[in-house]
Amino acid sequence: MKLNWFYFASPSTFYRLAGRMAPVFFALAALLGAAGLYVGLVVAPTDAQQGEVYRIIFIHVPASWMSMFIYFVMACYGGVSLTFNTRLAAMMARALAPTGAMFTFVALWTGSFWGRPTWGTYWVWDARITSELVLLFLYFGFIALANAFEDPRRGDRAAALLALIGLVNLPIIYFSVLWWNTLHQGSSVKFTGTTMQVQMLWGMLLMALSFWMYSLGASLTRVRAIILERERRTHWVRELATT
Amino acid sequence: MNVLAERLAAAEPGGSFAAAFAWAFSRDVRLTMRHPGETLLVVAFFVLVASLFPLGVGAEPQLLQRIGPGVIWVCALLAAFLSLPAMFASDYADGSLEQMTLSPHPMAGWASGKIAAHWFSTGLPLTVLSPLLGLQYGLEGGTLLALAAALALGTPVLSLLGAACTALALGARGGGMLLALLALPLFVPVLVFGAGAAEAQASGLSAAPHLSILGAGLIVAAMGLPPAVCAAVRIAMD
Repeated sequence: MKLNWFYFASPSTFYRLAGRMAPVFFALAALLGAAGLYVGLVVAPTDAQQGEVYRIIFIHVPASWMSMFIYFVMACYGGVSLTFNTRLAAMMARALAPTGAMFTFVALWTGSFWGRPTWGTYWVWDARITSELVLLFLYFGFIALANAFEDPRRGDRAAALLALIGLVNLPIIYFSVLWWNTLHQGSSVKFTGTTMQVQMLWGMLLMALSFWMYSLGASLTRVRAIILERERRTHWVRELATT
Repeated sequence: MNVLAERLAAAEPGGSFAAAFAWAFSRDVRLTMRHPGETLLVVAFFVLVASLFPLGVGAEPQLLQRIGPGVIWVCALLAAFLSLPAMFASDYADGSLEQMTLSPHPMAGWASGKIAAHWFSTGLPLTVLSPLLGLQYGLEGGTLLALAAALALGTPVLSLLGAACTALALGARGGGMLLALLALPLFVPVLVFGAGAAEAQASGLSAAPHLSILGAGLIVAAMGLPPAVCAAVRIAMD
């Protein structure tokens, strides 16, 4: 059997696939989220230095990871859409942007709630926090540029190029705690091991997986709406509307 | 239009990068020189905004010395940003940009020439003028030098980044505000290291590390952004 790599690159086939996949991802997100919250709020012990406040990391850290990861995936889709001139990749990039912006906002918001009792301030102009704020503006710029043109394909291409240019910000955020000696602590989870307690780590990983599944579900649902809007003049969408 | 096409054809058959660069640079500089008022407006804006801060925050010498480099950098950033639309917008509106894109000359060449001309007419005057403003803020001699050096390295990066953003926003709705949303976040690293250079000098450290990073950033931007500008102009021409 010959594998057709571009089978799902057609919006009409992908529309159906996304419709079948999105509920699965949402269900996984709910299951993993429930497990992660149980581990994080009940099983994991109280932190010796910070007390109960530290538990906000079960939202904060996964949200920050997702904010950077989604930007990376979005820029990759942008690169694919520019190189291969595929419509669906550009639509996926568009569909990912609001979810990424939301996670960036959640990361900043929970961070400031954690900072108030621990650092004594809601906000510091620290390298990592500032670069995360810049990431939020990059997401806003992407969304604004994508919607700024009469011709949606023009918006797709311009926004994809902007996403690629903005990619330089990601290593700055990730390494900011190493490059600058700032208030935001370094990461406790590294590829080579962790300095965290095992239950805390599990809670965080479960929450990260849950957020990941949620992002997939949300972006697939959103891309279905974008496909319908773009393809509204085609035959198959009209048939869908009449049946 | 025809004159432009003839000039382009006469510039050099086949066309090298350097010839296209020199052609676009001299053309844009000549166009700016025909309306020197516009360049003077940028400079006047720079001086005016920098002079507003002492009136707003109070004129204590220590405070002014402390905020001086940062204020001058923010003013340079805004001045560079406000003059961005002039780089491509009028050429886009009257069709010259399309003629240049269609010409056989290397696009990266003339796009770089236009960016260099933008820096020549905004970044360079601001850099030259910055020690004067620094004196208004009571900065020391070494700090003034660090500030001017940082501006000399940083303002070309602003022109390069701004060129990519303004080319992306050609023909977009929302004009200036959209451009601000695109360009200003990308300007942030330049601002951090640029203002950091003068502050490090003022607090008795060396400005060299900041200047090295700015210089490295300039090299990366000069290599990486002209192709991005070309891609953005091509997207706008579709």
